[in-house]
Amino acid sequence: MVELALPNNSVLKGGKDWAQAEAAGNYKSFKVYRWNPDDGKNPSLDTYHVDLDTCGPMVLDAIIKIKSEIDPTLTFRRSCREGICGSCAMNIDGTNTLACTKAIADVKGEVKIYPLPHLEVIKDLVPDLTNFYAQHASIEPWLKTTTVEPEKEWLQSPKERAKLDGLYECILCACCATSCPSYWWNGDRYLGPAILLQSYRWLIDSRDEATGERLDDLEDPFRLYRCHTIMNCAKACPKGLNPAKAIASIKQMMVERKY
Amino acid sequence: MSNNSNHDMRTPLSKVRGLGSAKDGTSHFWRQRLTGLANIPLALFFIYCIASVAGKSHADTLAFVANPIIAILLLLFVLSGVYHMKLGMQVIIEDYIHGEKIKILALILNLFFAAFIGMACVFSILKISFGG
Repeated sequence: MVELALPNNSVLKGGKDWAQAEAAGNYKSFKVYRWNPDDGKNPSLDTYHVDLDTCGPMVLDAIIKIKSEIDPTLTFRRSCREGICGSCAMNIDGTNTLACTKAIADVKGEVKIYPLPHLEVIKDLVPDLTNFYAQHASIEPWLKTTTVEPEKEWLQSPKERAKLDGLYECILCACCATSCPSYWWNGDRYLGPAILLQSYRWLIDSRDEATGERLDDLEDPFRLYRCHTIMNCAKACPKGLNPAKAIASIKQMMVERKY
Repeated sequence: MSNNSNHDMRTPLSKVRGLGSAKDGTSHFWRQRLTGLANIPLALFFIYCIASVAGKSHADTLAFVANPIIAILLLLFVLSGVYHMKLGMQVIIEDYIHGEKIKILALILNLFFAAFIGMACVFSILKISFGG
């Protein structure tokens, strides 16, 4: 059945307040989810106090500052710091987003930071994305053709290319998938908004010759039809994309070829 | 995500591919929307029926339902409504019940329940309509 309560070993307990002798400054509190697989303890919510006068503007700047200056054990993923790699996806102030594009100033009061919801946690803010990446691999996200390859490139008109706008920008950060209740309950069989958006990106690529096979693979009560248009995906996407619309378009293609 | 927490030796891709695509689901999706669309006018018609027989005697009510047009529309409302109910409940069961055995059992009971309710309503309307 649906897990309405956390298992005992996942319930948050206490947490350390890393209060330092505060010099004059503009301090803001950050409450950060901590869990260490090696100490056998329950997760906790640690409190850090960051001087915003000596910190960059984004939440990622703050947690990098915490790691460098307060607590080097704090574990999280980050790479590009400009919203293009998708590594620093986490739940900030109750919303899945990228720490590098979320301004500290946009959060009122203390900043609460958790890992992406409903994934197994590897450590602190690092979730296990193995299943998510395997789902992406399962839709075979590359150009598939039967026609003999042209000498130069596969041609595509500007109009056909424009159909990929709003899709190709997806960075696979998993903010949308892990905000989707249907993905929480059935993430083992439902592909989720990110992967279905990626799938649609290949379905409407004018150069691709495997549209029918792609639709065959998606036509499934769980893989595709677990989407109930809840729309959390569109709300969560830090790139402003609309996976729900892409999924609706896939359903439309399914109906179109059947009736 | 219960299936993925099993620490077995299968590759992640093998787990995701599972038993493959059911190549089904579109007819369920389409019928749910069709019955949903049909239910809008039929439900309004049903409200009209309730309002028409409100305060009327038993005999008058029977005569009202016996009218062929009324009876046909009532039958349509029952069939479309019950089918829509069955489809919707199926989605809820598939969403929330994860044990394979109890899920199949719930799906069977859902179908039997809808069939029984539907048949009972159809029988009642026909009985009145044919003057039983």
